[in-house]
Amino acid sequence: MKKSTFIGTVAAATLAAGFAAAGTLDEVKAKGFLQCGVTTGLVGFAAADANGNWDGFDVAVCRAVAAAVLGDPQAVKFTPTTGKTRFTALASGEIDLLARNTTWTFSRDVDLKFTFVGVNYYDGQGFMVPKALGVSSAKDLDTATVCIQTGTTTELNLADFFRSNNISYEPVPIETNAEAQAQYLAGACDVYTTDASGLAATRATFENPGDHVVLPEIISKEPLGPLVRHGDDQWADIARWTLNALITAEELGITSANIKEAAMSAGDNPEINRLLGTEGNLGEMLGLSADWAKNAIAAGGNYGEIFERNIGEKTAIGISRGLNAQWTNGGLLYSPPFR
Amino acid sequence: MSKLSYVRTEMLPEQAPPVAQAGIVKWLRENLFSSIPNSILTLASLAFLYVILSHVLPWMFQSSWTANSLSECRSMIAAAYGEGTHGACWAVIRERFLQLVFGFYPAELYWRPIVAFILMLVALAPVLFDKLPRKMLWFSAIFPFLCFWLLWGGSIWVPIVALAGFVLGGVAYALIGAKFGNLPATIAAFLVPVLWWLLLANPVSNGLHSIIPLGLEAVESAKFGGFMLSVLIGITGIVMSLPIGVLLALGRQSDLLIVKAICVGFIEFIRGVPLITLLFVASVLLNYFLPPGTTFDIILRVIIMVTLFASAYMAEVIRGGLAALPKGQYEGADSLGLDFWQSTRLIIMPQALKISIPSIVSTFIGLFKDTVLVSIIGLLDPIGLTTNIRADAAWNGIIWELYGFIALVFFIFCFSMSRYSMYLERKLQTSH
Repeated sequence: MKKSTFIGTVAAATLAAGFAAAGTLDEVKAKGFLQCGVTTGLVGFAAADANGNWDGFDVAVCRAVAAAVLGDPQAVKFTPTTGKTRFTALASGEIDLLARNTTWTFSRDVDLKFTFVGVNYYDGQGFMVPKALGVSSAKDLDTATVCIQTGTTTELNLADFFRSNNISYEPVPIETNAEAQAQYLAGACDVYTTDASGLAATRATFENPGDHVVLPEIISKEPLGPLVRHGDDQWADIARWTLNALITAEELGITSANIKEAAMSAGDNPEINRLLGTEGNLGEMLGLSADWAKNAIAAGGNYGEIFERNIGEKTAIGISRGLNAQWTNGGLLYSPPFR
Repeated sequence: MSKLSYVRTEMLPEQAPPVAQAGIVKWLRENLFSSIPNSILTLASLAFLYVILSHVLPWMFQSSWTANSLSECRSMIAAAYGEGTHGACWAVIRERFLQLVFGFYPAELYWRPIVAFILMLVALAPVLFDKLPRKMLWFSAIFPFLCFWLLWGGSIWVPIVALAGFVLGGVAYALIGAKFGNLPATIAAFLVPVLWWLLLANPVSNGLHSIIPLGLEAVESAKFGGFMLSVLIGITGIVMSLPIGVLLALGRQSDLLIVKAICVGFIEFIRGVPLITLLFVASVLLNYFLPPGTTFDIILRVIIMVTLFASAYMAEVIRGGLAALPKGQYEGADSLGLDFWQSTRLIIMPQALKISIPSIVSTFIGLFKDTVLVSIIGLLDPIGLTTNIRADAAWNGIIWELYGFIALVFFIFCFSMSRYSMYLERKLQTSH
């Protein structure tokens, strides 16, 4: 709490300076690239390959915004941020957009003075245990030793869960996911808890994934989304509607394969026409070109394509859509209409 | 005269010494099995070594160098050495070797850090080995600027104009020293370069660049990473901290009240805060203090902080050396009529530094290893890169191979430094 107040104070102090400066959109256009904050590396979400090219689920958001604003998905420079430096990097203006699996919480939105522009991944905290432990529910975990990353929301969720169920646990504090993996496999703790996507990715790397199970309980809501600084609504709108464009594109069946054709001329579906700029002036309202959404979708495909390519069931991580399916398929993805 | 004699006239041929008194057996008896407790300890150590090696060696050698992912590694090792064998997946080092060395530096420009590294060895050689011609020191003096230009690229005038600041300082010292004496000259030697860098350097280098545009393709620091970053931060910190540390140590012993207060304050403040705090200040807080829109290179910020940190420790190490000198040395210098700088340069410092060599080198080694802390503020040094490499779905789950490789490289660097300091101590040994 103390730390976040401090960061908040400092963030507020810079906001005054931020207002005086030109809008983020003009700045980004002037320098010709988007400075995007990502993780220093998280499987499926952001990673640089052997040639230094960044790719991943969060990276795709950066590329889509860059394509919408500048017309070029490669016009992005990535700033790897750690859990400790991410908020100050954004607040101080070092980066224009933070797409770093960051949970949207009240205090981050209100107290730290950021604007979350939406949710690109609905996550939740889960538990992984060795099958040999013979546990089928998290409520059976009384007196278990639990590996947990310090300084994250997962630590607080865990305390809440065990307290409300009136059972006890012994925490084994660890710093990074890699450390947790090693500790858990070495038997230093009975249970490893973190976001369910992280558990799936971790379990996939084990030599015998079948020996470990992810328990059914999800004990927290972790809506992960990109965020920008408070105070520049135009820039927040651009990021928000770029994300919405990716989600809407999937709903309307626009993919990277058929987008060229669909954007050629106005078709039968007026919403597709408005989205792709063949009708109306949505791009102009945002201060962008008419084909902004077309560029954003062409950058890496629609939301579903990005999901399948980076973390979907065919990848090593193998996450099913679940909550992250379109509302028409029983998920939570529900973009406001483009009109 | 009988031919009998009671004394041998010829020597007996030499016999081999008893088995227990020669060769390997003697060595074993004396060193490993000299008493019962020692024998027990020897056997216990052997058993311990066996247990360790019997696990580590098969892991190291029953390995795969050619796979393209961790799962492929596992199946290749299982195919080659049988099901259930645990082997190292060195393939990750093969695939990411260049990245671990250069970070994201553009591949077609790799020659620049390589040339800079080789030139660094050339520049260090005359400093480290005094048998080499002294003229090479001139190259060592301009090398930092050359290195900066090679690594970051950009206009060649930037480092030249920066170098001009030092030349101007030297000129000011000589001119004013001749007219007004020592103290004004020293002050001028500090002030002139600072004013030059702050006020004139930028327009002058821009002007020169527009007249004669000469330069290399610029590389931004976000692309720096791997061991290149560690060596860059480490070596710059080491090279800069020694002179600053000497000045601080002298300042702390000075009779001038303000100089002494500044030096004591600086040393105690820097030594009172952890390095990681300074790095956070560099990465996070400085952004708030600087006007919005200023881009002050993050690596430069980190190098400055690391240098300040190491300087404070170096100052205390050298102060220890100064304190160890007998008072007679100072008095002897005074009696020869040497002024402060002459006696410091010719009599005090050579002895104080010699005494401090082991501590200086261990400060250097500590500083070099501390450079991995920059991974906490998001710079991609080798440790930071391990996170990134594991974030590749193909290599997620690899831990020991990466850390083992990084440890080996750090060991080579640190061990060489330690060996060099021993060589230096032997060479400067005067108590024979």
